Amino acid sequence: MKLYDYVLSPSCYKVRLMAALTGVTLDIRPVDFHPGVEHRGPELMALNPAGSIPILEDGDLVLTESSAMLVYLAAKAAPQWLGNDTAGQAARVQQWLSFSHRLTASLGAARLHEMLLRPGNIAVLQGQGTAALRELEAGLVEQQIRGQRFLASDRPTIADVACFPYVALAPDGGVSLDPYPAIRLWSRAIRAIDGFIEMPGIHRLHELKPEPVPEVGEA
Amino acid sequence: MTRNAMIDEWYPVGIAGQLDAHGRKTALMGEPIEVGRGEDGNAKVTGANGRALPACIRYGHVWSSLGDPQKPLFAIPEADQPGRRLVDVGVVRVRCSPLRAVENFLDIAHFPFVHTDILGAEPHTEVQNYKVEIREDEDEVWATQVKFYQPQAAKSAEGGITTEYMYRVPAPTCSILYKTCPPRPGEWDVITLFVQPLAEDLCDVWPWMALFDDETPMTDLIHFQQTIFVQDRSILENQIPGLLPLDPGMEIPTRADLTSVAYRRWLKRHGYTYGAQLVAQ
Repeated sequence: MKLYDYVLSPSCYKVRLMAALTGVTLDIRPVDFHPGVEHRGPELMALNPAGSIPILEDGDLVLTESSAMLVYLAAKAAPQWLGNDTAGQAARVQQWLSFSHRLTASLGAARLHEMLLRPGNIAVLQGQGTAALRELEAGLVEQQIRGQRFLASDRPTIADVACFPYVALAPDGGVSLDPYPAIRLWSRAIRAIDGFIEMPGIHRLHELKPEPVPEVGEA
Repeated sequence: MTRNAMIDEWYPVGIAGQLDAHGRKTALMGEPIEVGRGEDGNAKVTGANGRALPACIRYGHVWSSLGDPQKPLFAIPEADQPGRRLVDVGVVRVRCSPLRAVENFLDIAHFPFVHTDILGAEPHTEVQNYKVEIREDEDEVWATQVKFYQPQAAKSAEGGITTEYMYRVPAPTCSILYKTCPPRPGEWDVITLFVQPLAEDLCDVWPWMALFDDETPMTDLIHFQQTIFVQDRSILENQIPGLLPLDPGMEIPTRADLTSVAYRRWLKRHGYTYGAQLVAQ
């Protein structure tokens, strides 16, 4: 399976992360997105007329939407990540997969503007990003009340992988995560999953900072 | 001091290969400027009120100054050695003092914690003794005999090696790193950090490299360096105080920070204070 990849792209990272979590080995083809703008060159435009990356190729299957890539990796290697135990859960997964595009369009665009000087109205993008984060925070709090740590279930699904990268990198675009305790707990839970990999700007958990465990005899 | 000495220095303002006739709007030390290609094909930099600013092209970048540079841009003799691959890494904007960006580049102690498993790894966290001097003839800060254990020092390095470094600061917002070159022992890879000060707390960083490496694809070289720099970016944006203190106060340097101490001393001596904090807090 071949991934047209850019190391600083959160959308590409979704696919790398999903592959790592499901034990799939990807053949990485680096794309000079910045400063070379290779994704708008003839070779990649022929593969994806939308001019975006990631692109995932497997035999004659060519995928250009990261959510579809997550579905494909999960269905192929670890179907429990699809999160379709019940009708409600399957619908929640779809709800958050669609929602994740708003994160890309707001927090992702703010990050590109602030970091790689791409055009955009930064105040509007940050405002839309903040609105999306508040919605996500509320969704996670509701999940906590249901006793569930992840977006659609008590275990992680493709919905978490789809939403996590742009949220974790929100500060790169000048949007703080300080006001969102549920998002920070959720981020920690994702980074604690076996097989988790990082990307620049998203750090792994440090082994000297384990989850606090109540001492024996404590009430 | 009525005039900041940094006004007369050269700064990077764009990639030479991306110049066009339209010009690109950017800024230098608070002044809006425009960087483009003139009718004669050379770089053309225009300041506020349309005044023509000094301009030259060197090391893959366009350089300019708001003032009247007293000497040509610093030399990097290694950059002209045949056989090196020259890598334009591309701009990354950081909301931090331009001097903080350089200071972070000079620091080794953070490698295992920020560039984990690439430039450093626990438990190999010790910074061994190294030499630091302000070379009076060249008027530059130099750190030599810097050694550090690295799991993957360069794209061309396989497995962990103890890498040797030299650091050089030839201008207030530019630093050059010379590093053990795995495929060519005896030579040094050249990795630079050219910083364009947009404001005292905002900068565009233009990393550039001149490497002996015939194997690694260009895109991989770019991505390696972008990975390293973007790992630093969030740290830089959260440093307190934001401006670089030139006098000891809230920050207590340790032995591992000798290069930073010399850099700050050199900045203070020259009155290079754009992006610096002068009163200790």
